[in-house]
Amino acid sequence: MNKLVTLLAAAMTLAGAAAAQDLAVINGRVITNTDQGQIESGGVLIRDGVIVSVAANIDVPDGSVVIDADGGWITPGIFAPVTQLGLVEVGAESSTSDSAASDSGFSVALDVEDSFNPNSIYLASNRMEGITRFAVMPSTGHNLFGGRGALGETSGSMDALFDTQSFVFADLSQSGASRAGGTRAAAWAFLEAAFGDARAYPGRYSSGHGDALDRYDAAALVDVVRGRVPLILEVDRATDIRRAIRFAAENVPVQLVIFGGAESWMVAEELASAGIPVLMDPMRNLPSSFDALGSTLEAAARLDAAGVTVAYTTQTASGYFNPRLLPQHAGNAVTNGVSWDAAFRAITLTPAEIYGVGDQYGALAPGYLADVVIWDGDPLEVMSAPSHVIIDGEQTDLTSRQTRLRDRYADMDDTTPFAYRD
Amino acid sequence: MSLDWKRWTALLAAGLLTACSNGQDADTASGATDDAEDADVVRFDLDPYPSTYVPQPSETTLITGATIFDGAGNEIQNGDILIENGRISAIGQGLEAPYGTTVINATGRFITPGVIDIHSHLGNYPSPSVDAHSDGNELTQPNTAEVWTEHSVWPQDPGFARALAGGVTTLQILPGSGNLFGGRGVILRNVAARTVQEMKFPGAPYTLKMACGENPARVYGGRGSSPATDMGNMAGYRAAWIRASDYRDSWHDYWDDPENNSAPTRDLELDTMMGVLDGDILVQMHCYRADQMAQIIDMSEEFGYQVSAFHHGVEAYKIPDLLAEADICAAVWADWGGFKMEAFDSIRENLALIHANGACAMIHSDNDLNIQRLNQEVAKALSDGRRMGLDISDADAVSWFTSNPAHALGIADETGSLEAGKRADIVIWSAHPFSTYAQADHVFIDGALMYDRDNGVQPVSDFDVGHIGEGDD
Repeated sequence: MNKLVTLLAAAMTLAGAAAAQDLAVINGRVITNTDQGQIESGGVLIRDGVIVSVAANIDVPDGSVVIDADGGWITPGIFAPVTQLGLVEVGAESSTSDSAASDSGFSVALDVEDSFNPNSIYLASNRMEGITRFAVMPSTGHNLFGGRGALGETSGSMDALFDTQSFVFADLSQSGASRAGGTRAAAWAFLEAAFGDARAYPGRYSSGHGDALDRYDAAALVDVVRGRVPLILEVDRATDIRRAIRFAAENVPVQLVIFGGAESWMVAEELASAGIPVLMDPMRNLPSSFDALGSTLEAAARLDAAGVTVAYTTQTASGYFNPRLLPQHAGNAVTNGVSWDAAFRAITLTPAEIYGVGDQYGALAPGYLADVVIWDGDPLEVMSAPSHVIIDGEQTDLTSRQTRLRDRYADMDDTTPFAYRD
Repeated sequence: MSLDWKRWTALLAAGLLTACSNGQDADTASGATDDAEDADVVRFDLDPYPSTYVPQPSETTLITGATIFDGAGNEIQNGDILIENGRISAIGQGLEAPYGTTVINATGRFITPGVIDIHSHLGNYPSPSVDAHSDGNELTQPNTAEVWTEHSVWPQDPGFARALAGGVTTLQILPGSGNLFGGRGVILRNVAARTVQEMKFPGAPYTLKMACGENPARVYGGRGSSPATDMGNMAGYRAAWIRASDYRDSWHDYWDDPENNSAPTRDLELDTMMGVLDGDILVQMHCYRADQMAQIIDMSEEFGYQVSAFHHGVEAYKIPDLLAEADICAAVWADWGGFKMEAFDSIRENLALIHANGACAMIHSDNDLNIQRLNQEVAKALSDGRRMGLDISDADAVSWFTSNPAHALGIADETGSLEAGKRADIVIWSAHPFSTYAQADHVFIDGALMYDRDNGVQPVSDFDVGHIGEGDD
C-alpha cells in the first residue's frame, strides 16, 4: 500500500495547524461506531483535522468555530466501498470513461491512480449527500483482472486519493469466466497460475515467461500474494464463493474480499469462520442471472446473523453518479431485518476496516481523522440530508453542478435569460 | 381519456373510426353509420388479443383507522375505506361495516392507492437477463410501430411479484427506445397469470412508444443507415407521420364512401400510427433534453396528435411552461443521470420543479429494482424539492405514483385514486410511505388481497419454483 499520499496530506495538515481553529459540532445525536454507541445528545471536538473528543458534553475551547447540529444527527462520513468516482463522466461516451482498458495488454498493473480525475463533477454531488471516502475500482479489461484500486476522499482536493495501489480487483463470476475463455475452470486456472507467477516473481521471469501473466503484471500482483493488500473477487454463485474460500485457505496469507455475493448468505457460516468479508448490495433481490438465483432482500440480515463482516455497496446503481444512494441501500437493509447500528457500520467503519484504514476513518473517536457529517434526521431515511459535511476537519461546500442548474431554472417568472443567471 | 375498447371496436365496425373523445369527425361518424349494414365493407378487429383478466374473488372489507392519502391530493386522518364487489364504495371517517364485513384495523398505518408505474420492462426484459430474454426492442428498423410488446411479455418474470411486494398494482410495459417508433405498449394489472391476456387492464387504451435522441441515432447511425442524427430522427418521424396521415385518410375515405373507394391494404405499422392520429392510442415519448422535447411538441402540432407523456425527461425542469401549455406529463426518475450526454443535466429536484411549475409530473422506474420502491423514489424527490423551498404536501406527492400516471395512461376513471366507484387498488403501508422503513403490508387489486406480508400471501412465479430463494422477498 502506497502511503506517500497519506504522508503528504498529513504534512500539509501540520503545516496549517498554527492558524487552525478548533471546530466543535454540538447538539446532535452522535453515532460513534465505538463502544460509546449512540450519544443521545452530544458533540464532537475537532483539532487540526483530528477528532479530540466525543461526548455528551464536550468542552468547547474559547475561539472555537461552533456548528450547532440543531438536534440533528452527527455521524462519521459515509465510506463507499465500491465506486468508479473520478473514472467516468458520461457512461456512454468512451472518451470520458477510464474504467476499463479492454484493448490494453496489461491487466493487474493498471493503476486507477493514473486514471482518476479529482475534478469530476460527481465528487461534489456525492459529497453533499454525505459520502466522504470511497474506493475506486477498475473494471476488467482483456482478462479477469481489472487492475489496482485506490482510496479517495470527496473534498475536491487535487490530492483526493489518500491511498493508492490499495487492492486488486478480479472477476471470477460468470462474466470473468467468459473473459478467461468460457468456463469457471478456465477462470480459476488463470487465477491460480497468476498467483504462481507472482509468487515466483522475479525469478521465473529471468529465464522465461509466466504461466498466466507477463512480468509487469506479475510484479503488480506480488502485494496481493504476500497479503499486503486485499484481492477483491467478484463472485455471486454460492459454489463459486466456496471455491474462493478454498482458494484463500490454499493461498495464505492472501486477504480475500468477496464482492457481489448474491448467494453469499448460503455459505455465511463458512465465510464467517474463514474471516472473509463481503461487499454486497442489500437491495439486490432478483435472479438477475443464473449466478444470482438466490438474490434476496434477506441476504444482509442472514449474513449479519452468521457473523460475516459485511459492507454495503450500490452495485445495482451507477458507480459514479449514485454512490450517494448508499444510505438508502443501508436503510433498506434495516427494513429487511438488519439492526440500525449494524447497517450504518456497514457503510462507514466496516468498509474502512476492510481496506485497512479502520483506525483512521469510519468512527467518531479521539485520534480518528475528522470526517463528520451532520444530518437533519436519521441518515438512513430517504428524506434526510446532510446540512454539513466535514472532511479532514474542514467544512466543505454543499453545492454541485446539479444544484447550480437547479438554481438557474428555479424561477420561471424571472425575465433574466437563463444563460445570464448564476 | 378512458377508452372502452369494446365500444371502440363496435364503432369501428360501424365505420365510426373517429376521435371519439374530442368529438371530431362527427360527420364521418354519422355518415358512416349506414355502412355497418353493408356486410361487404372491410373492417378489422382493433382488439384481437383482448383482456381476459378476471379479478380474484374479494370480500366486503372495511379498513379502519389509517392515515389515508387518496391520490387525489387529500390526506384523511383516522380514515376508513369500505370495499364492496371489488370497488371502493365509501371513504371517510367512522364508516359503518355492513353485516359480515371483514374488518382490517389499520390504526397507525398508512394507505395509498395502488402504485402505478408508467414505465416498466418487466416481462419484456425479464429476469434472469439471459440472451433469450432480450425481448423488448425490435431493433431491426427505425419504425417498428407494428410490434406490440404484449407479444413479448413473459408473465413468469419473477419481477412482477417483487413489484407487487412494493405495492405496484398497475404498470405499463413499453418496448425499448432504440427505434423512432418502438411499437405498442401494454397496460397490465400486476396479477400473476399464465398469459398476458389475463393481465391486460380491461378497457385501457393502447399506447405507442416513441424515442428521441441518442438511442435511435446510435443504433441506426452505427449501422450506416438513417437516422444517424437528431435531424435524421425528426425526418424519420415526419416521413412516417405523412404516410400514416395518408393511410388514415384512405381508410376514412373508404369508410365514408365504400361504393366509390376501395379498401386500403392493411398495414400493421400504420394501423398503430392511425390510432394515434385518431386520438385513441396514447403516445409515450422517451425524450431527455428540453430542446428535443420542444421539437416533439411542434411535431405533434404539425401532424395533429397529442403526446401523453415524456418519459425520462431529465431536463423537463427547464421547460415546465412548455409542458403545461401542451398538456403533456413528464415521467421521470428521482436521481438518475450521467449515463449519456442527454442525461448529463439531471437534477434531484426535477420532479418537484415540474410539479411546482404547474405541469403534470410523476415518477417512473424503467427498472426492475426501482419499481419495488417508487414510494422511496418519490420521497427523495419530494424532500429535495422542499429543501429548495417548494411547498408540496405529502398528499400531492402521492399523486406522483398514483393518479398522475393513471391520467397519462388514460385509466384515471378506473384507478389511481381512492374514490367511490373506482377499482379497489389499495396499499396498506406499515409506516409513512415516504419512510425508508415502510413496507407494503397488504396490497389489494380490485378488492382482492393479492399480497399479505405477514401471512405469506404472495405469488411465486414458475421460474422461482424449485430454485434457490423460492419464496424469499
